[in-house]
Amino acid sequence: MNDLITILYAAIASGTIILYATIGEIITERSGILNLGVEGIMLMGAFFGFYLAYTTESLLLAIVGAAVIGGLMGLIHAFMTITLQANQVVSGLALTMFGTGASAFFGVSMVGKTLRTSFEVIPIPILSKIPVLGEILFNHNILVYFAFILPLIVWFVFNRTRWGLALRSSGEEPLSSEIMGIKVIKVRYIATIVGGIFIGISGAYLSVAYSRLWVEGMTAGRGWITIALVIFANWNPLIAYGGAYLFGGLTQLGLNLQKFNIPFPIILLKSIPYVFTLLFLLFISLKGKRSNLPKALGESYFRESRG
Amino acid sequence: MKKLFWIFVTIAAVMLIAGCGGDATKSEKLKAGFVYVGPVEDAGWTTAHDEGRKAMEELKFVDESTFVETVPEGAEATRVITELVESGCNMIFTTSFGYMDPTIEVAGKYPDVKFHHCSGYKTAENSTNYFGRMYQTKYMAGIVAGTMSKNGKLGYVAPFPIPEIVRHINAFTLGALSVNPDATVMVIWTNSWFDPVHEKEAANTMIAAGCDVITQGTDSAGPQEAAEAAGIYSIGNDSDMSFMAPTAQLTSAIWNWGIYYKDIATKINDGTWVNDPIWWGLETGITSLSKFNEVVPQELIDDLAVAKAGIIENDFIFNGPLYDNNGKLRVEESEALNDGDKLSIQWFVKGVKGKIPKAKE
Repeated sequence: MNDLITILYAAIASGTIILYATIGEIITERSGILNLGVEGIMLMGAFFGFYLAYTTESLLLAIVGAAVIGGLMGLIHAFMTITLQANQVVSGLALTMFGTGASAFFGVSMVGKTLRTSFEVIPIPILSKIPVLGEILFNHNILVYFAFILPLIVWFVFNRTRWGLALRSSGEEPLSSEIMGIKVIKVRYIATIVGGIFIGISGAYLSVAYSRLWVEGMTAGRGWITIALVIFANWNPLIAYGGAYLFGGLTQLGLNLQKFNIPFPIILLKSIPYVFTLLFLLFISLKGKRSNLPKALGESYFRESRG
Repeated sequence: MKKLFWIFVTIAAVMLIAGCGGDATKSEKLKAGFVYVGPVEDAGWTTAHDEGRKAMEELKFVDESTFVETVPEGAEATRVITELVESGCNMIFTTSFGYMDPTIEVAGKYPDVKFHHCSGYKTAENSTNYFGRMYQTKYMAGIVAGTMSKNGKLGYVAPFPIPEIVRHINAFTLGALSVNPDATVMVIWTNSWFDPVHEKEAANTMIAAGCDVITQGTDSAGPQEAAEAAGIYSIGNDSDMSFMAPTAQLTSAIWNWGIYYKDIATKINDGTWVNDPIWWGLETGITSLSKFNEVVPQELIDDLAVAKAGIIENDFIFNGPLYDNNGKLRVEESEALNDGDKLSIQWFVKGVKGKIPKAKE
């Protein structure tokens, strides 16, 4: 039982890394922009957050700084793909290469540095006293708690506000949306920047709160897993919980099975999100259901074009 | 963007190599070129080699030395090695297993240059290979861990199930058993040389399972950080990692490549260089334990000196009887593993809690 609690507790902490990034990518993709720069933006966020946490010893500044750098990376992507109409795949991949290289280049001085501040565990009064569930869910740091409510907020904005409607319709039918008075270009800019902000925060969570160290390339493919999880979550922020924590849980399970002397193929583990994604696509087409895949995802939008 | 990136990388590489260039023809002095698999600041494997390079550079007959870092294994390495030679380097050191074939290939084209490849097995007329018996130092690290552990449960974060790593885990375990017959070593594989986040998770898993000394065969200091945060002990790998875990790290099993690099430069200078492969042991100092944490008692340090003298006198670590961790007798009482067995070992000794994943090749 204790082992199970330990595994689930660690699953929440480790799933939080990709939950932030998955939510960020869902916001961006829902507006019709595909951003494959997640890995690079996460690395920039991880480096910048760590740098600020180390030099200023202010955790708030670290998170804000990572959010700003993530937002800037999002802005670059928005400018390339929306204003300059560049191919979204190419721009995103370039962003990943740029982020990987730049964070490694600037990050040399931060390798091996130890942070003097940390995100303290804040047990939530009453709730943390619930047996089992309280131990698993309500004994984390503030970033984990914020990740609990973030998908709810995003779901609410998507489905219950005019902004959300504008965002979703920009991703489905940009031309019709424009005719209805939605400023598609503005909406997509905002969605790409906000998406970048959350991806940047996921990087800072990784380096400052979770692993508490910086080394180049430390995301080790977690950005790509995010992109698969967005499809698995069917672009729905609420399903993203399941995807992120499930993946966090499987990672922990892989380590813990070895503890009990049960060999577990870690290489396979890394492919599980992609397998899930395939299974999901299969499920959708067998059921004849429509996925939430934004119809205009990946397509450039010309305001002057008349479809 | 990608093109720009590669142009940038090429320019950077050329600029690094340029330091080596110039008057290759008139000077008799030695110029060394190093090829590294990781960044020089990796705080592990490559850092250890670079410290060796700097030590060699202090010799008065070594004119200068240069390096190219983070060179991919394979065809790219061939190009980098060739450029180093073309820019005037007359001794080359390639420091990762995957550089073996590129090294031999370039060596064939430049008979006047001496090539040295780390951790491989191929040689040529002007090319040799070198490595150290790190398992001897791992055995001593095991003595430290077995003595300092309160409950005898030790944890080992391991990268890939290759003989080198299996050998090191076995030696570490045998060292721990020599001072605590009930000691166990839990092994968790991460399947990568370098993933600090995952390495730290693996260490935390073992800490949660009760391990109170953590060591590693992986390259990043992630497990050390985990031990520091948990308030337990750790033993580093490849380089001194105490900067990451000042209170947790008891010592680190480190490489002192400078000893080899200086020796080789001296031999080339004297004209006594030969292409015999070397696998140096503790007596040369090529591997050693780093500076001890102040919590390590003097008594233990004295015991280690005795153990070290014993290993140097007679490398007894893999002498029989040795049982594997399924209880099968692998090495008879009066027998011992020879070097060939050590280099290909694929079973864990008794005391290791873990399995070697089946290699699929």
